Amino acid sequence: MSEEIGRRDFLKGSAMLAGLAIAPGMMLYDLAHGENRPASSAVRWGMLIDTSQCEAGCDECVKACNKENGLPGGTGPTDEQWIRKVELKNLKTGKVSSLPMMCQHCAEPPCVDVCPTGASFKRADGIVLVDRHLCIGCRYCMMACPYKARSFVHEPIHDQKAEVPRGKGTVESCTLCVQRIDRGESNTACAEACAKAGHKAILFGNLNDPNSEIAKRIKEVSSMQLRADLGLDTGLHYEGL
Amino acid sequence: MDALLKAKKDLRNFYLLVLFGAMVVLMGLAAAHYMEEHGHIVTGMNNQIVWGMPHVFAIFLIISASGVLNIASIGSVFGKAVYKGRAPLAGMLSIAMLAGGLSVLMLDLGRPERVIVAATHLNLTSMFAWNLPLYTGLFTLVAIYMWTLLERRMNPWIKPAGLAVFTWRIMLTTGTGLIFAFLVARQAYGSAILPPMFLVMSFGWGMAVFFVVQSVMYAWNQITPDPVVMGRMKNLLGIFVLGTLYLVAVYHLTNLYFAKQTAFEHFILIDGGIYSWLFWLGYVVLGSIVPLLLIFLPGFKKNCHVIAASILIILGSFSFLYVFIIGGQAFPLDIFPGYQVLSSSFGDGQIGHYAPSLPEILLGFGGLGIAFLITLVGVRVINSLMPRDASSKD
Amino acid sequence: MKRLAILALFALFCGTASAEVTVPHLDIGKGGHCVNDPKFMKINHGDLLKKQRTITVHQGVIGRYSLIKCVNCHASRVNNSVLGTNSNFCQGCHVYAAVKIDCFECHSSRPETVSETLTEIGK
Repeated sequence: MSEEIGRRDFLKGSAMLAGLAIAPGMMLYDLAHGENRPASSAVRWGMLIDTSQCEAGCDECVKACNKENGLPGGTGPTDEQWIRKVELKNLKTGKVSSLPMMCQHCAEPPCVDVCPTGASFKRADGIVLVDRHLCIGCRYCMMACPYKARSFVHEPIHDQKAEVPRGKGTVESCTLCVQRIDRGESNTACAEACAKAGHKAILFGNLNDPNSEIAKRIKEVSSMQLRADLGLDTGLHYEGL
Repeated sequence: MDALLKAKKDLRNFYLLVLFGAMVVLMGLAAAHYMEEHGHIVTGMNNQIVWGMPHVFAIFLIISASGVLNIASIGSVFGKAVYKGRAPLAGMLSIAMLAGGLSVLMLDLGRPERVIVAATHLNLTSMFAWNLPLYTGLFTLVAIYMWTLLERRMNPWIKPAGLAVFTWRIMLTTGTGLIFAFLVARQAYGSAILPPMFLVMSFGWGMAVFFVVQSVMYAWNQITPDPVVMGRMKNLLGIFVLGTLYLVAVYHLTNLYFAKQTAFEHFILIDGGIYSWLFWLGYVVLGSIVPLLLIFLPGFKKNCHVIAASILIILGSFSFLYVFIIGGQAFPLDIFPGYQVLSSSFGDGQIGHYAPSLPEILLGFGGLGIAFLITLVGVRVINSLMPRDASSKD
Repeated sequence: MKRLAILALFALFCGTASAEVTVPHLDIGKGGHCVNDPKFMKINHGDLLKKQRTITVHQGVIGRYSLIKCVNCHASRVNNSVLGTNSNFCQGCHVYAAVKIDCFECHSSRPETVSETLTEIGK
């Protein structure tokens, strides 16, 4: 019996080894054919935000996002903010918490439902984006979003980052650093900056992969989705609220 | 000789009015161009109050465009003779106001040059997308309806065409209401009462616009309207104003009853500053109660009283829409129920600020200008638009 | 006499007109081997970019016809851009053909040293 298990493990192991050996080859194949893999619904990108780790007054995530995406970083009412820091007080207990707030990347995004042209869309891997080629700037998505996640570009802009095109008269929001994901990287600018600053408040990963760190943590700790009553199944989860 | 002189003077006045209308439209277009060039930074709108003054004007025009057809429907669908003679003018006004409203809505877009994208990429889950065929459909149906009214050979088709217009405009105003009713997360909007509320509003506002235009036309042509007819029409207007007031009351009462909406209602009704003032003084007192007194009090029987009431109803409707659209967005979203927002760089938990700028107001007036110009030319070109009663005296 | 004058005027106009329309001399930047034959690209780059943009935005596929890569190779070495003067790669030809480009209202017109992977992908 034990021998049987041993053999099974051996077979499993060699299959995994073979997989490991083939995978880079597959990647090379993709590269040789000039394309990376399209976003797949086997993946659902998400975040777990641990508010107990988030330090009040720290805005490293915001700065990193601005730098990564070429945002000017103004905080006026007409400035674009893809991520912001919010400080909250629990009305019953008085407990104060700090957290980053951004697009929640809903599974059922209201912005996608209301967009007249289909410019607001959800990628197969769960990232909610705006196709700025189709956006007519009607701002209906901003009316529909329960999280105030979106910004309208109120002025002409110059010197955009090559990988993050943005323009006047269209709506934009957090993309979960889609340019990094498509390059094959596995962390967002904000999560990276948060860790670098010595906090571990933002954990980014694949919610669909049971072995990912994020999926495991969500299983273990108690977390919540913002405005869960709306049933939008957000990709962002908050811990410690 | 006198008649000739009068005709000459008429024509001069007509061209002066056309010039005036064209100036207003041009100013609106210039404002839209300025907004496009510089971006929405030159408006008062921002990331919290994303819809502003242009939307107040546009929604007024679109709602009234549907409501004014009431006059036509009562004539053609319900067979009331008094209204039959007024159906052509109602149709003309509907087309004019719809064109004005849609122009404002389109020119306010962040990317107005891409409006064709909106027509070629329809997202069927979007109420906005659904409204597009509703608008074009109304244009087409009203045009066909007017054809049946004005072309003698087409007269047998008046009733089916009128019925189609009647059905369509109810769908259209329902659609306009649903644009807001489907916004689930906003305290001000996500409510099933909005479509019927918009519908009854459209009756009152459309009729008020009709009264004003009709009176101007009577005065221009020195016609004394039949007092019996006017009396009946003004009573109907009063009933619509009452109906609107009732639905607005129910809308606010249901909000007050839902515990989580009370903060919002407190804001709109009591300490919202400009919004509370506009609601109570602008909409309730001047826009509803005073017109009701002018309509129903036995002392007021003159034509000018009805006109005053109509103008007040129109001003009241602007107040209402300002409170509904802008006040509704100024109140912050409740993103974190059970928490108080201590600080946020994006205005979470704070009342949004909005001060309309000149360009967006000019754009709004440009929409009114378009409606005015179309009506003016239409009335001049098509003789039978003149509302006539068997007993009215020339 | 009058006719002759008119004819002369006409000839003058034609002369000046034809003198103005010269095929632009384009600064192709780094240039080198393009993804396709230049003749083919001249005709089809618009369609290719349009198709590519949908695939890139909606599926995340960084393809062969990425605008970033066009800019990286064709930005002028003088002003580091595909726009700016009528000899710059994109602007020069589009001014000549009188076709408006709005790509660069949102997209960067300057090359950017992007990550290794991106340059690797779709070589």
